[in-house]
Amino acid sequence: MTELQLQRSQNSHTISLLVANKPGVLLRISLIFSRRGFNIESLVVSPTLDGRFSRMTITAQGDPSILEQIIKQAAKLVDVVHATEHKDISAVQKELALVKVKLNPETTGRVLQVVEHFKATTVDLTSNSLIIQATGSSEKLDAMISFLSEYGIIELVRTGKIVMARGKEKT
Amino acid sequence: MTKKLITGAELLIQYLEKKGVDIIFGYPGGAAIPIFDALVDSKIKLVLVRHEQGAAHIADGYARATGKPGVVLVTSGPGATNTVTGIITAMMDSVPMIVLCGQTITTSLGKDAFQEADVFGITAPIVKHSYLVKNPVDIPRIVEESFYICSTGRPGPVVIDLPKDITGAMTPIQDSPPVMDIPGYTFPTHARSKDIQKIANYIKQSHRPLILAGQGALISEAYNEIQELAETIQAPVVNTLLGKGVFPENHPLSLGMLGMHGTAYANKALTRCDLILSIGSRWDDRITPGKIERFCPDAVKLHIDIDPAEINKIVVPDASAVGDAKLVLRDLIPLLGKLNTKEWLKEVDQYRRKFPLNYKKTGGLKAQHVIDELYKLTKGDAIVTTDVGQHQMWAAQFFKSHFSRSWISSGGAGTMGFGFPAAIGAQFGCSKKTVIAIVGDGGFQMTAFELSTAMLHKLPIKIVVIDNKFLGMVRQWQQLFYDDRLSGVNLEGNPDFVKLAEAYGVKGFRIKRAADVRKILSRALAYSDGPCLIHAEVIKEDNVFPMIPAGGAAEDMLIEAPKVKMEKPKGST
Ligand SMILES: Cc1cc2nc3c(=O)[nH]c(=O)nc-3n(C[C@H](O)[C@H](O)[C@H](O)COP(=O)(O)OP(=O)(O)OC[C@H]3O[C@@H](n4cnc5c(N)ncnc54)[C@H](O)[C@@H]3O)c2cc1C
Ligand SMILES: Cc1ncc(C[n+]2csc(CCOP(=O)(O)OP(=O)(O)O)c2C)c(N)n1
Repeated sequence: MTELQLQRSQNSHTISLLVANKPGVLLRISLIFSRRGFNIESLVVSPTLDGRFSRMTITAQGDPSILEQIIKQAAKLVDVVHATEHKDISAVQKELALVKVKLNPETTGRVLQVVEHFKATTVDLTSNSLIIQATGSSEKLDAMISFLSEYGIIELVRTGKIVMARGKEKT
Repeated sequence: MTKKLITGAELLIQYLEKKGVDIIFGYPGGAAIPIFDALVDSKIKLVLVRHEQGAAHIADGYARATGKPGVVLVTSGPGATNTVTGIITAMMDSVPMIVLCGQTITTSLGKDAFQEADVFGITAPIVKHSYLVKNPVDIPRIVEESFYICSTGRPGPVVIDLPKDITGAMTPIQDSPPVMDIPGYTFPTHARSKDIQKIANYIKQSHRPLILAGQGALISEAYNEIQELAETIQAPVVNTLLGKGVFPENHPLSLGMLGMHGTAYANKALTRCDLILSIGSRWDDRITPGKIERFCPDAVKLHIDIDPAEINKIVVPDASAVGDAKLVLRDLIPLLGKLNTKEWLKEVDQYRRKFPLNYKKTGGLKAQHVIDELYKLTKGDAIVTTDVGQHQMWAAQFFKSHFSRSWISSGGAGTMGFGFPAAIGAQFGCSKKTVIAIVGDGGFQMTAFELSTAMLHKLPIKIVVIDNKFLGMVRQWQQLFYDDRLSGVNLEGNPDFVKLAEAYGVKGFRIKRAADVRKILSRALAYSDGPCLIHAEVIKEDNVFPMIPAGGAAEDMLIEAPKVKMEKPKGST
């Protein structure tokens, strides 16, 4: 990892929120981040088993001491049931990426090697491009994308990180 | 049998009545007409204000004086946006308030309809919670939830946006009580006993303890508990601006207000204590330095607050208890016994004698003199509201608060224009009490039109306009920290406030000379035929001391005007 990457990953936080499935929740939560100058890097909102609630997983960059405030302020919102930060060890963290890469006869073989190495799959093939689907930790996806960039990435879409606490812990 | 149908607005008013609402402060408009219509047949009193900001501050004053939520009713668009200053004022100072806003019809939402404003969005950062009602059937539940949310835990304003087709729609009356659906809303009550024990252990080891009483103690009605605690451990008590009255400022253990313009003895005690226990104060930057390491560096810091987000926000305490102040103190007091603080109380007494609050009655009419005399004439038995500025600080210093809910001032937002309408609300809430609004010439002019409201309801408020013909507090900063380069602070050309009052049918009194203060104030206090205004033409260039320059620590306190040039303060404002 470069120094910059290291610093980024230390200051990058993953927060999971269980929220009431009501209009305006996303607005209120994003205001808590923006008011304190935090930039949200990724945000995933998804249904839970119980239709009354949604799950939000947010990754954001910023000072850990401000993060404590953010989590507490978020937890205080009427529509938030709970908010927790998840560290790597205590939770499974996954993300999915779709990467559209340029293809030409000289590079195809090497691109497919990268796909294989990262246990990714190809999901679309045209004469001059290939869409690769990969899942894994965000760091793994970062690494794969950096390899692929050599061959020319046309488009990139990532879902943003989702997390689930291990074992008995609740997410 | 089919149920009787009524309008959404009628359902709303029915449930407001069920929640015990007996007064609403409002201003009508197209989108709110169905609600105003439903009020015609209700026993709820509707008070028509003269500006929606006035309505919000009146409701705020009502809530702070009574402890009951104040209710505001306005129309959509500009009507609703005019309440924004009032909403943030209530939010910053944790005041329970409900703001009902008319809104365009649901099918027009987001289409730039006439007088449409995204009130939900505009107010989202400054409310405790808010609703956009989409179905009249939800109204009882939303009213139930709103009252519960605004007045429990850490109180705050709730906005309910009510589209006109929803308030106008026919909907069945509901027989069963509404069921709240707020699974995410909880608030602490009792604190964990191990946290309380830890606090007790620290207190037992202290030789120079200091209690800091904030508005949270007042909200939780912990007056008896604070008194019992202070007397048990024999600790002096300082209070914040908003904590005035929760511990009687005429009690021998009271040192009055601390902070930027607090008493010198309160701030001296702050520099010397070996333990400070905050009970419902949020360590605002008017009482803590910008460099927080400089705040009571050698003292143990203890924090009791109902809001977990306040713990570690400014001060990282040695121990804390998250819970309701009254309940926490009830659990804490039995763990404590008398402390030997004789030396400490003696030391504090010396500060009290050495650095008393004072002013001179000579050299022209002084604001302090007017306020001091008001205090003496009423013996402190009054509800005082203030506006924002120098007069606010002098009022905090010289009008000692003996009771809780007897001091109403905009602290967190520092909203000019708050004081007078807040007095109207306080008088509506407490008809038997003497209510005095101490306001500056600048701030009063921001909401003076509510003289109509006060006059029409014959509210016997005493409005004391401290007229120094300056935006005094800002001028003070410019004089002290900006080389006396005055900019945008001159209010020369103020109206004759007595005539202004008279134009509204309000009785006016004028004080120009120090010798007349007592006589004229006595007359004004005896006047009971509706509101009266006392125009006090005070000297123009007096400044408030003691003062801790913004960002500074208690050690940096100026007891009187500095003789040397001051640096620009580093603190925010
Ligand atoms: C011009 C100007 C000058 C000022 N100068 C000063 C000054 O010199 N000194 C000063 O003190 N202030 C001053 N202020 C006011 C200051 O800005 C703050 O508003 C004030 O200090 C806040 O007081 P507080 O923390 O007690 O109240 P709040 O801000 O209302 O905070 C109350 C706290 O109590 C908690 N709470 C609420 N309910 C409960 C409960 N049931 N149990 C336990 N906790 C609860 C809340 O969570 C919150 O943390 C000034 C304001 C202005 C406009
Ligand atoms: C709405 C609003 N605008 C501006 C300010 C900034 N401000 C704080 S105190 C003050 C001066 C107040 O002057 P005045 O009402 O005459 O009272 P004085 O300080 O002279 O007692 C100003 C402009 C404010 N607090 N509120």
